[in-house]
Amino acid sequence: MLQIDCPWCGSRDQDEFQCGGEAHIVRPATPEDLSDAQWADYLFNRANTKGAHAEQWCHSGGCRRWFNIVRDTVSYKISSVYQAGASPPQEKP
Amino acid sequence: MSGARRSPTGGLIDRSRSITFRFNGKEYSGHPGDTLASALLAQGVRLFGRSFKYHRPRGVVGAGAEEPNALVQLGEGAYSTPNLRATQIELYQGLTARTINGWPSLSFDIGSINNWLARLLPAGFYYKTFMWPRSAWMRYERHIRRAAGLGIAPTAPDPDRYDKMHRHCDVLVVGGGPAGLMAALAAARAGARVILADEQPRFGGSLLHTDARIGGESALDWVDATLSELKANSNVTLLPRSTVTGYYDHNFLVINERRIHHLGPGQADPRISRERLWRVRASQVVLATGAIERPLVFGSNDAPGVMLCSAVSTYIRRYGVVPGQRGAVFTNNDSGYQAAVDMAWAGMEVNAVIDLRPSPAGQAVETVEALGIPVHAGHVVCGTRSNAQGLNRIELARLTDNGSDILSYKGLLDCQVLAISGGWSPTVHLHSQSGAKAVFDEELACFVPGNSVQAERSAGSSAGTFDLAGCLSAGAGAGVAAARASGWSGDNLDIPMAIGGQCGSIQACWEVPSTELDSTGLKKFLDFQNDTTVADIKLAAREGYRSIEHVKRYTALGFGTDQGKLGNINGMAILAKALGQTLNDTGTTTFRPNYTPVTFGAISGRAIGEDKFDPIRKSAIHSWHARQGAEFENVGQWKRPWYYPRDGEDMPTAVNRECTATRQGVGVLDASTLGKIDIKGPDAAEFLNRLYTNRWDKLQPGRCRYGFMLGEDGMIMDDGVTTCLGPDHYLMTTTTGGAAAVMGWMERWLQTEWPKLKVFLTSVTDHWSVMSVAGPRSRQLLEDVGCDFDLAAGAFPFMAVREGSVAGIAARVSRISFSGELAFEVSVDANFGLALWEAVMEAGHRFDITPYGTEAMHVLRAEKGYVIVGQDTDGSVTPLDLGMQWIVSESKDFIGKRSLSRSDTARDNRKQLVGLRTSDPQQVLPEGAQLVNAPSESRPVPMIGHVSSSYFSANLGRSIALALVKGGASRMGGTVYAQLMDGAIVPAVITSAVFLDPENERQRQEAV
Ligand SMILES: [Zn+2]
Repeated sequence: MLQIDCPWCGSRDQDEFQCGGEAHIVRPATPEDLSDAQWADYLFNRANTKGAHAEQWCHSGGCRRWFNIVRDTVSYKISSVYQAGASPPQEKP
Repeated sequence: MSGARRSPTGGLIDRSRSITFRFNGKEYSGHPGDTLASALLAQGVRLFGRSFKYHRPRGVVGAGAEEPNALVQLGEGAYSTPNLRATQIELYQGLTARTINGWPSLSFDIGSINNWLARLLPAGFYYKTFMWPRSAWMRYERHIRRAAGLGIAPTAPDPDRYDKMHRHCDVLVVGGGPAGLMAALAAARAGARVILADEQPRFGGSLLHTDARIGGESALDWVDATLSELKANSNVTLLPRSTVTGYYDHNFLVINERRIHHLGPGQADPRISRERLWRVRASQVVLATGAIERPLVFGSNDAPGVMLCSAVSTYIRRYGVVPGQRGAVFTNNDSGYQAAVDMAWAGMEVNAVIDLRPSPAGQAVETVEALGIPVHAGHVVCGTRSNAQGLNRIELARLTDNGSDILSYKGLLDCQVLAISGGWSPTVHLHSQSGAKAVFDEELACFVPGNSVQAERSAGSSAGTFDLAGCLSAGAGAGVAAARASGWSGDNLDIPMAIGGQCGSIQACWEVPSTELDSTGLKKFLDFQNDTTVADIKLAAREGYRSIEHVKRYTALGFGTDQGKLGNINGMAILAKALGQTLNDTGTTTFRPNYTPVTFGAISGRAIGEDKFDPIRKSAIHSWHARQGAEFENVGQWKRPWYYPRDGEDMPTAVNRECTATRQGVGVLDASTLGKIDIKGPDAAEFLNRLYTNRWDKLQPGRCRYGFMLGEDGMIMDDGVTTCLGPDHYLMTTTTGGAAAVMGWMERWLQTEWPKLKVFLTSVTDHWSVMSVAGPRSRQLLEDVGCDFDLAAGAFPFMAVREGSVAGIAARVSRISFSGELAFEVSVDANFGLALWEAVMEAGHRFDITPYGTEAMHVLRAEKGYVIVGQDTDGSVTPLDLGMQWIVSESKDFIGKRSLSRSDTARDNRKQLVGLRTSDPQQVLPEGAQLVNAPSESRPVPMIGHVSSSYFSANLGRSIALALVKGGASRMGGTVYAQLMDGAIVPAVITSAVFLDPENERQRQEAV
């Protein structure tokens, strides 16, 4: 069970959270202008990253706030936690 | 007779007290400190069960968690527990146990016929024979399971309680042997919060069956002194009888503590739970889990009486059991010699140490030879002979100089106990569960822990350190390191001097060779519980299996309750050799939780029963429904009245009465459970516009509107009526079951995608009681109840909302209808819900007012063709599929809109909502029935849709059904066929989904 640092409540068990999948997928401003393929890309296609993965989590059993984390999908280590709407922290070289 | 007996002295048992117990119906006795296995062995019991496939007689092989054979059903009735290892069951007065895999009896076993047919039962036999056709497997499975003899789960409710514990600690030490005790001591002295867990009732691990000395005292005295210090330290939690069963992400570990099993059923203080499941978040973990001895693999190595060397030593030293009259040792390493020493010490005749190494030397050999025990170097045991009591002879052979073949056979040797040691396998289970990968060490001939992935370190024999001095030192080092890593500054410990427990060289041997001369066809068993043999692994390799994971599943290697603790490494090595790989190439199968089985009771803890498994939600009017004898239906967590039977009515009669009364007079429904979300803010209308398919920006205060919410994929997610209460203020209703999901959905969009929208959401589901009053008499009834505003159609039109007082209670009344009748939905503060309900019921006498439940509600709405989200939709249905284009706005964007024009959603042969009429008006189609165009004998028949709702309509005097049918909208008047489970084929005509009042005259009632 992951231990996640909610930016509002601190470190809590994964039980209290809900994962929202890949972060930084922006809803297109004018969906009607998109081709089927472009819309499908927004709707269905995800990076399925091996390694550092930015993803959305909600502290649904706590403050109910959405935020983002970067989690390694192999080791499950969480390298950073940041607020919804913020850019992912640059990886240190 | 085998000559097994209790030794006159010695062992960690309390000889001053006797315990009587029953095994397979026969009475035996033992002492406190015994396990079921040790007490039975001491009384000459050798046969503990029969094997899975060949039903061969099997005895005890080990002395702990690794035991594959001695599985029993423990206890009676509700206390009964299946598949427990006799080697781990502490004896208590009155214990009863029986063999689980001896059906129909241990001595006469019908399944042993399988043994004669062995050539017909190769690896993959079950797959090949029973998995195809599938229907055959379903027939055979019951018999196979019975013959295989897995235990039986009790059917009565569990009389005991189970608890959960949640802990944080600095250092969790797993295993209380020499390394674990030192680690706990070192970490505790550094000041760390320590948990020390061990699966056994006593701490000490291997020290419980050794003559070693530590720090100038006996090993047991050292254990006692160490425990006293740990007990005195308030930062230390000692957990005996506690198995760390799982190692999960972020150093989260689960410990299964068995608190009262050893006392026997009903003997403990009733306030004490039977088991506790500790959920521990550890800053650092020290794995001192020890090692499991490996068997040597030779012909008929499964005879009762063949035991691990360490088990023989354990039974002799710890339990005071002399396991037989004559013994011998077969080993490939020095540690096996200890069993010869121990057997001689116990007064057994030790006929030989058979060592497959060509020239063993050193202290172990010298000690054994000094006792006058002959050592046969370069020799092997290549077969066994048994009588009715199990092993009575072993067959000796000499190896060629390079050890790869048999050189010559050397005849038979008498013995009832053969102690075997093929080396040690570090217990890397938890290390592997933590995500790390064990690596094969050629010199030690075993898998040892690889690089750590989480904050854990292995110490002692679980890390491949097999001598006592090394274990003490490694444990101390790991304990200090773990304490330091969790923020403490501890000093290194002085390591006490250890005498005994040395470890010498090993010569790896995965399979004792057999030659062409060997025509006996003796099986070499790897997995005793599943009867997986060397030949099975080789066959799998010949048949093309390459991955150890596939070979495991094909041969059932490691499939049993022991999960291959004994046999897996040998099997993997034999596969590696057959494939010409190294053991690191072949690797191990995945180690998964749990290390040993955990009861469902421990997993569920207190979260059992109607009231604790899941919250139950009841409306404020619930008590009234219950007093009326309503039958309830679960909708999400809510209990909703399903129907109200009167005077012994059955369900159809009651539902028909409720439906008829509502259409002819007046009915009332408790609609309080619908989700309610209060929406406020300057951007509330814009937000609704984006959520719902229709427009909301023109909705005036005092008006409400029905809406569909779609997923971004265009599929219907939820529906409901939303009211404009005032400027920038709305009240949304959702489905009863969908309320929480809709709230979460809305919050997510606001927080992640549209944070600039100024909208505030509040869940107010429980704040309001809602009563739907429906039927032609509903207006008159509300007037009778007392209403301070005009209810006339002209003043209070359909889809309008009024606030005022009803029966003297502040109320909000909406003119909406889910039944198609003239209807008023009255909402009041939940605290007044029951008062309103009772006032309405009182006033309704003269109209014969009828409360109706969810079933009548479903029928009434189906007569009108109104869908229920989640019943007539299933996540693959769009508003267009329901023929509801009118609710989809062309002039704005909304979530899911773009998906409605994707090629798949826009095609015209999608499943579309239609009505169905059976030709026999009394026949009600089963919901879920599949529909076909033409009944056909040839299968598969193409499915064109399914029945989603189906009822008998008392108002229409016939059955009605809603269905989703491919291209249904353009097939009005056509015939489809429902193929039922019993083979019947029912024709039905496609009609409009609206069966009653298509012009909606009843609900508008504008003329009245
Ligand atoms: Zn939070």
